[in-house]
Amino acid sequence: MPLLEVEGLDVRFALRQGEVQALRDVSFSLERGERLGIVGESGAGKSVAAFALLNLISRPGFIHAGSIRFDNEELTRYSERQWRRTRGNRISMIFQDPMMTLNPVLTIGAQMIECLRAHRRISTSEARKLSLARLRQVQIPSPEQRLDQYPHELSGGMRQRIVIAIALLLDPDLIVADEPTTALDVTIQAEIMALLLELCERHNVGLILITHDLGVVSQVTQRMLVMYAGRVIESGPTREIINDPQHPYTQGLINALPQMTPPGQRLNQIRGSMPSLAHIPSGCAFHPRCDFAQLPDGSPRPGCRAQVPPFVDSGNCRVACHMVRQMQQLDLEEATP
Amino acid sequence: MSANHAIATDEAAPLLEIKGLRKRFSLSAGLLDQLRFRGGRLVRNRKYVHAINGVDLEVLRGEALCVVGESGCGKSTVARTVMGLISPSEGEIRYRGERIDGLAPRALLPYRRRMQMIFQNPYASLNPRMTISQTLQEPIRFHHPDWERRRVEEKVVEVMEAVGIAPDWGKRFGHEFSGGQRQRIAIARALAVDPEFIVADEPISALDVSIQAQVLNLMMDAQRERDLTYLFITHDLAVVEHFGTRVVVMYLGTVCEVAPTAALFATPRHPYTRALLSAIPRLSDHGVERVRLSGEVPTPVELPPGCVFHGRCPIANERCRREIPQLARHGDTLIACHAVEEGRD
Repeated sequence: MPLLEVEGLDVRFALRQGEVQALRDVSFSLERGERLGIVGESGAGKSVAAFALLNLISRPGFIHAGSIRFDNEELTRYSERQWRRTRGNRISMIFQDPMMTLNPVLTIGAQMIECLRAHRRISTSEARKLSLARLRQVQIPSPEQRLDQYPHELSGGMRQRIVIAIALLLDPDLIVADEPTTALDVTIQAEIMALLLELCERHNVGLILITHDLGVVSQVTQRMLVMYAGRVIESGPTREIINDPQHPYTQGLINALPQMTPPGQRLNQIRGSMPSLAHIPSGCAFHPRCDFAQLPDGSPRPGCRAQVPPFVDSGNCRVACHMVRQMQQLDLEEATP
Repeated sequence: MSANHAIATDEAAPLLEIKGLRKRFSLSAGLLDQLRFRGGRLVRNRKYVHAINGVDLEVLRGEALCVVGESGCGKSTVARTVMGLISPSEGEIRYRGERIDGLAPRALLPYRRRMQMIFQNPYASLNPRMTISQTLQEPIRFHHPDWERRRVEEKVVEVMEAVGIAPDWGKRFGHEFSGGQRQRIAIARALAVDPEFIVADEPISALDVSIQAQVLNLMMDAQRERDLTYLFITHDLAVVEHFGTRVVVMYLGTVCEVAPTAALFATPRHPYTRALLSAIPRLSDHGVERVRLSGEVPTPVELPPGCVFHGRCPIANERCRREIPQLARHGDTLIACHAVEEGRD
């Protein structure tokens, strides 16, 4: 049985100009100790998905429908009390900006001890000892000294290491990391990512990694989801999606990377930009930017414009695209004369 | 164009030369705060951020020179000093052989038309109270006060079309556009006065992947069509590999390595360049072996003695801790490293 099972998740925001659907029918699952990447550009809904997992969607946002099962318990029916016991304990999180996670007026030690003592019945000195051990695990130099320092005294990379130490403090089953290295420099990013990967493997912790960086996803995760305008459009093993993407948007995203074109030549750009959630195109939300959805005369293909594409299986991946479905039907017809 | 006769036109010489550039920013407050009693005597104690510590660079005509490095390495300070937005503490900047650092604003005017800048954050670089066409007309009016209105408007339409923004959107304001569109408008504003040299400070870092490709394509098209020279500041090495003709790698305010792009990516020489290249998250799983760096970038307030990189360098020795390495030519490449010079890299 999977550790986490999300089905038909639908998150909406009630705004003055009407209801906006930020997540539409998002489903995925995660095995114990598995690492899943959620990829997409800004506005794709990947952060909303992470926040929904932790019940951090606040008004005017709300979970309209869907279920989130974690270790066989339905999280969407949790009370605030139950959430308090779960968050930071069995599911913990790492956000992009460590300064948002850390309290600027408390020392590192005070925050770690507070977190431990909120969930476990242990003495302050025991908690301090445990915090020290975790700081050593994330390879922070002179950890004793750090416990008595304030977040502003540390560099960005060091802060993010501390956030990781806090996330691992209570041996969680799942860590949700929302762009954990985006604010850091490349060499520091590489160090932090290697550390996170190693710790997740050693402690058998599941990881949901939300990022826009395809390189990071391909190095850290085993499976991935690609999101566009609030929907999952492709999911499957990371290697297979990176090497052979099926959805035109995933293909476009990978082909747009500078390393996919010989130096000096024009890059393969995707035209247009991500629609705002208030104005999501009908049918397949990607159709105005998709080459396949264009008929030779330039008008959109009626099927793509009218109908939301259902998921079809393609190898080990699932893809929501009319083109992929049509190709499969053609293949089938050829195979059965 | 009458104002520009004074500028020399030697085609072979570098377009821009930077020599011995230093820039430090004072961290200390006023004079009274700097005074301290130490050992019974009054001493003045001043602290500085040493943002650039002796940078020599040449930008050749028609090239796209990329400056890469991590935050705090001084790459943006180089860009801003070149544009005259901040004045250097030491050193000189020559444009077509003429010194432009420390020029009076009026004397700088003809250079300002030839040199334009694109900033990182298109949300901050467009005036929210001006329409797009006002934004684009302003630099043209400023540099060509003799142009009649019709000519200014025609020019605005031309640059808007060049960057793929429909000219009838000119009546709109900046906030009505997406990040990618705003960056196109910022590029249009730079192109509006027909510059020959553009300094772009992280122009695509704030944009999404698919939009980054659009903006990079636009900049490459503009370079071909308008014969532009770029000084491109970025931290993204994948972009450098694609866009740059030559690359300058900076660390803590000094230049580590200057090389033609292909050579740098094929055979990085400086230990920092190697670590930087190996840290890029690649799509393929069989990647280069990672050069792991220990520690973090030291603060630019108290610079380490010797080579600024020695604290994190895997092959540093006694000499590196003592003596500052100078840029030396190795084939097409300039490297500042004792280890490379001694052949123990």
